[in-house]
Amino acid sequence: MSQVKKFLYVNRKAPYGTIYALESLEVVLIGAAFDQDVSLAFIDDGVFQLAKGQDTKGLGVKNFSPTYRALGDYGVTKLYVEKEALAERGLSEDDLMPVTYEDENDGFAEKPSLIFVDRAEMARVMAEQDVILSF
Amino acid sequence: MSTLHMVNKSPFERGAMQSCLEHALEGDGVLLFEDGVYGAVKGSAVTGLIENKAGSVKVYVLGPDLAARGIAGGRLIEGITVVDYPGFVDLVTAHKGTQSWL
Amino acid sequence: MKLSILVNEGPYTHQSADSAYQFTKAALEKGVEIFRVFFYHDGVNNGTRLTVPPQDDRNIQKNWSELAEQYKLDLVVCIAAAQRRGILDEGEAKRHGKGDGAANIAPGFRISGLGQLIEAGIEADRLVVFGD
Repeated sequence: MSQVKKFLYVNRKAPYGTIYALESLEVVLIGAAFDQDVSLAFIDDGVFQLAKGQDTKGLGVKNFSPTYRALGDYGVTKLYVEKEALAERGLSEDDLMPVTYEDENDGFAEKPSLIFVDRAEMARVMAEQDVILSF
Repeated sequence: MSTLHMVNKSPFERGAMQSCLEHALEGDGVLLFEDGVYGAVKGSAVTGLIENKAGSVKVYVLGPDLAARGIAGGRLIEGITVVDYPGFVDLVTAHKGTQSWL
Repeated sequence: MKLSILVNEGPYTHQSADSAYQFTKAALEKGVEIFRVFFYHDGVNNGTRLTVPPQDDRNIQKNWSELAEQYKLDLVVCIAAAQRRGILDEGEAKRHGKGDGAANIAPGFRISGLGQLIEAGIEADRLVVFGD
């Protein structure tokens, strides 16, 4: 398995109402060990996964939102977020938690992992992929 | 080479078909199957979503799913191609990749 | 041309498992190679031998098992998703102290890690996802 493929995980679902967001993240973490070119896309209700201030204590389920912030440590540094999806839901970029990574090729400078793109750019990102996983 | 988008949700209940059509690029294919086949019927409130992309994307619908739901071929939006499961396989191999709009 | 299939939903509630089965069968009958079918989320419930559907209904688990036998198809159930949902093989049943006879993985299925899904994406020319 020497070839490197472009893997895109497409997130279109909100967290907690169903398990898809959490189990998708579990695939991303395992997949990171395979040294592929990995990106995540957040469109439609998927943008809710990145909302600031998630607190699940009252539900008795695990708050997995901190895991997104740890993705950089796994070498997953490209999280594409669609601007139209945010706007349609009354959200702005400031409503999302900051996700960053340390760039080992640039003196471990801290850089943002969230890449805000419009719908047309998102469509192009999707079109470039070899493998698209949706859950 | 283009992408085959797969939509299996009724456009009256969920936004999958609309979102798919908003992201599909020219030359892509869109396959409507399972409850997605309701999006292939002409004269509905969402017919325009498909018609607006006609000429840009090629739309297919899975025949066995139409038949199961009692949708006769004459009720389909013009230009939509009906395929069976072997045809579905051919569509997958003919496109460079697939994207499921779950 | 090699395909991999991902099944995200269990049998009977959603059509996804039926669609995935019909698609896989059609591909195999056309001579298209299926590298692997991977079951994730509630899809792991396709792989329990304990389902007993009514006689006039299709038996989805049995359909998969027969396809696996006929075509040497690789049916892989995700271990993490399976443990959450009570799908066990002999080894897992023993390891978690669930008692003799608790293993319920159906013939032709095997339980393995999520890496098998990533490998399925890398090795196949196309990955086709069925879900809700």
